[in-house]
Amino acid sequence: MTAVDWNAERARAIIDSHRALRGALLPMLHALQEEFGYVDQAAVPLLAAGLNLSQAEIHGVISFYHEFRQSRPGRHVVKVCVAEACQARGSDTLVEHLKSRLGLDLGQTGSDGVFTLEAVYCLGNCALGPSAVVDDRLLGRLSPARLDGALA
Amino acid sequence: MSKPVTLYVPCDAAALSVGADAVAAAIAAEAEARRLPVQIIRNGSRGMLWLEPLVEVVTNQGRVAYGPVAADQVAELFDAGFLDGHPHPLGHGPTEEIFYFKHQQRLTFARCGLIDPLSVEDYRAHGGFAGLERALTLSPAEIVAEVTQSGLRGRGGAGFPTGIKWNTVLNAEGSEKFVCCNADEGDSGTFADRMIIEGDPFLLIEGMTIAALAVGARQGYVYLRSEYPHAVATLREAIRRAYEQDWLGRNIHGSGHDFHLEVRMGAGSYVCGEETAMLESLEGKRGMVRAKPPIPALEGLFGQPTIVNNVLTLTSVPVVLAKGADFYRDFGAGRSHGTQPFQLAGNIQRGGLVELAFGVSLHDLIYRYGGGTASGRPLRAVQVGGPLGAYVPESMLGLSADYESMNEAGAMLGHGGIVVFDDSVRMAHMARFAMDFCAVESCGKCTPCRIGSTRGREVLDKIVDGIDVADNMALLDDLCTVMRDGSLCAMGGLTPLPVQSAIRHFPEDFVQGRRLP
Ligand SMILES: Cc1cc2nc3c(=O)[nH]c(=O)nc-3n(C[C@H](O)[C@H](O)[C@H](O)COP(=O)(O)O)c2cc1C
Ligand code: SF4
Ligand code: FES
Ligand code: FES
Repeated sequence: MTAVDWNAERARAIIDSHRALRGALLPMLHALQEEFGYVDQAAVPLLAAGLNLSQAEIHGVISFYHEFRQSRPGRHVVKVCVAEACQARGSDTLVEHLKSRLGLDLGQTGSDGVFTLEAVYCLGNCALGPSAVVDDRLLGRLSPARLDGALA
Repeated sequence: MSKPVTLYVPCDAAALSVGADAVAAAIAAEAEARRLPVQIIRNGSRGMLWLEPLVEVVTNQGRVAYGPVAADQVAELFDAGFLDGHPHPLGHGPTEEIFYFKHQQRLTFARCGLIDPLSVEDYRAHGGFAGLERALTLSPAEIVAEVTQSGLRGRGGAGFPTGIKWNTVLNAEGSEKFVCCNADEGDSGTFADRMIIEGDPFLLIEGMTIAALAVGARQGYVYLRSEYPHAVATLREAIRRAYEQDWLGRNIHGSGHDFHLEVRMGAGSYVCGEETAMLESLEGKRGMVRAKPPIPALEGLFGQPTIVNNVLTLTSVPVVLAKGADFYRDFGAGRSHGTQPFQLAGNIQRGGLVELAFGVSLHDLIYRYGGGTASGRPLRAVQVGGPLGAYVPESMLGLSADYESMNEAGAMLGHGGIVVFDDSVRMAHMARFAMDFCAVESCGKCTPCRIGSTRGREVLDKIVDGIDVADNMALLDDLCTVMRDGSLCAMGGLTPLPVQSAIRHFPEDFVQGRRLP
C-alpha cells in the first residue's frame, strides 16, 4: 500500500477538490482512504465543515459502510472472499490458513503493522474461486500454497 | 518484414486474477526474442472463464483459442506454431466453434470479448450506437413504447417490466430527472455486470443515453461497487472517450440532447444494491432503505423522478432499439422475454457466462454447459439468484430458468447467478450463513430484519450444536415468518428463502441433535 501519513492540509485539499460534486461525501471518503489508507477521526470535523453537516452525521456515514476503515491498516491488506460461491470452492480452508499464517483474526491488523486481514462478500470472481485480494491485486483459483506465493 | 499476427489476451478482472497480464507480457517478450511481429489486443472475456487466461490468435481460419495459458507455457505455444493456429494440448480450435460458446444466444454480450473494449471505432464497427442512432429519430413516448413492447424486464432481480417503469418517469413532473444504473452486483455467484462493463463499456453508456432520451433526463450515475476497481477504471475511461467523441455531453452529435454521466463508487454495503438505499448512498448518506411509496420513478434521486435499472437491463436496451421490439420479444419463455446472461459459479467444472433465452433448464446449464462439479464429487445443492435465493436439490434441476417457473417452484432467478455445491456442503451451515449475512448487511431500519437475523443466527448455532433441536427448529420457523412478512425490503423479507429451502430440501442436515442421546 502506498498510503501516506495523515496530514490535515492534504485532507482539506482533497475535501475541497470534491466539493462541487452533488452527494459529495462518499467520493470524499473514498479519496481520503485512497490517500491515507483509512479515514482518520480528525477528518470528521473537516468533512462536517466542508459539507455543512454535523459531525454525528459524518460519523454515521463512515461507520455504516464496511469499506471505510477508521484506523490505519497494515502495509499489506489481504481481503479474502467468504461468500457462498467461494465457500463452495473451499474458502473456509483458505481463511483458516490465513488466520494461522498471519496470526490474525478477520478484521484485525497485526501489532507490527505489516498485515491487515479482512473478509469480503464476493469479488465478482465466483467462477474462479476461491478468491482474495492482496494489496489491490485480485487473485483467483487460490490454494493455500498459491496464496503464500502472493504474500511472500 | 511479415504482417504482424493479432492476438487477444483478456484484461477482464477474472482473467487478470489468474495471470492474464503475465501471459500477455510473456507473449510480447517471446515474440520479440523470436523476431516475430505481433499485435496484442486486450479484450474483455468471452465468458469461458474456466479457460482463462484464454489467448486467441487471429488466423486465416478465424480466431483460434488456447487456454488456460500460463506464462511459462508461452514458449512451447510458439514452438508448436500457435501463431498459425497449429494444434497444441491447450488448443481448442476456432473460439466460436467451442460448444460452450457456439450454442449461446448472445444479444447483450454479442461484442463482449470480441472487440477492444475501449475503442469507439471497434464498437461502431460491430454495430455499436445503432440503437442510440435510432432512438434519436424517435420521440420519448416512442422509445418507451418500443421498450415496453419488447417485454424487457428488470434483470436486477425483481423482473419488473422496464417499459412501465420508464413510462412512469416519462410522465412524472420534476425540475430534473435522473437515470441511475445499479451496478452494485452484490450477489455471490454473479459477475455479468462486471464482465459487460469491462468488456463492452460503451454498451452501458449507449443504454443509459437511450434511457435518458426516453424520459428527458440530462444526468446519469452509475453506482458501481468498490470491489470492482478494474470495472470502475474501465468505465471511467470509456466515459472520457465517449465525451471526447461527442457521444456524451452537450448536444450529442448535434441532436440537441444533453446527457452527462458519472461513475460513483459504493463502499462495501450489500444493502446499497436495494434501489432506495442506493439512492441514499448516491446522495452521500447512510444506505438506509426508504419506505415506499413514493417509488423512485416519482421521487428518486434528490427527490426527482429517477430511472433505476440494473446494468444488464440497460445493456439490453440498445439491441431492442437497434433490432426492434419484436426481434427481442421472440426470445424467451412465457412472460420472460429475451435472453439472460446466466452465470455458472462455485463448484463447477466450466464456470463462466452463458447467455441464452429464458427457459433453458438448470440441468442443461449446469451439466451441458458447466460440466458438473469441479471436484468431480456428486452435486448436492444449487443456490440460484444470490444470497437471498433458494437452495435447490439435484432432483429439481429440470426447472426452467425463467421468472415464473422459478417462483412457482419456491425459488428465484434473481440476477441469474447459479452457485453449485458438491456433497461436502453442510446445509445447516449455509442456512446459518444466510442469517449471519443478513445480520451483517441489514440497514437496521426495521426490527424483523435487524433483530430477527441476529436471533436466527443464534438459533441456528444451537441447531448445529444439537441443542434442543426440535424446539429451535420451531422457533426458527416462527422467526422466518416474522422476517418474511414484517420486513420493509427484500433483505429481511427474502433471507428466509435460503434458510427454509435448505430445511425443506435437505432436512437430514438439520436433525443432528435427534441422533444425540
Ligand atoms: C438487498 C437487496 C440488494 C439488491 N442488490 C441489487 C444489485 O446489486 N443490483 C441490482 O441491479 N439490483 C439489486 N437489487 C434490486 C433493486 O432494488 C432494484 O429492484 C433494481 O435495481 C431495479 O432495476 P431493474 O428493474 O433493472 O432490475 C437489490 C435488492 C435488494 C432488496
Ligand atoms: S428489511 Fe433489513 S435491509 Fe430492508 S429495510 Fe428492513 S432492516 Fe433495512
Ligand atoms: S463469491 Fe467469492 S468472488 Fe464471488
Ligand atoms: S420498522 Fe420495519 S417492520 Fe417494524
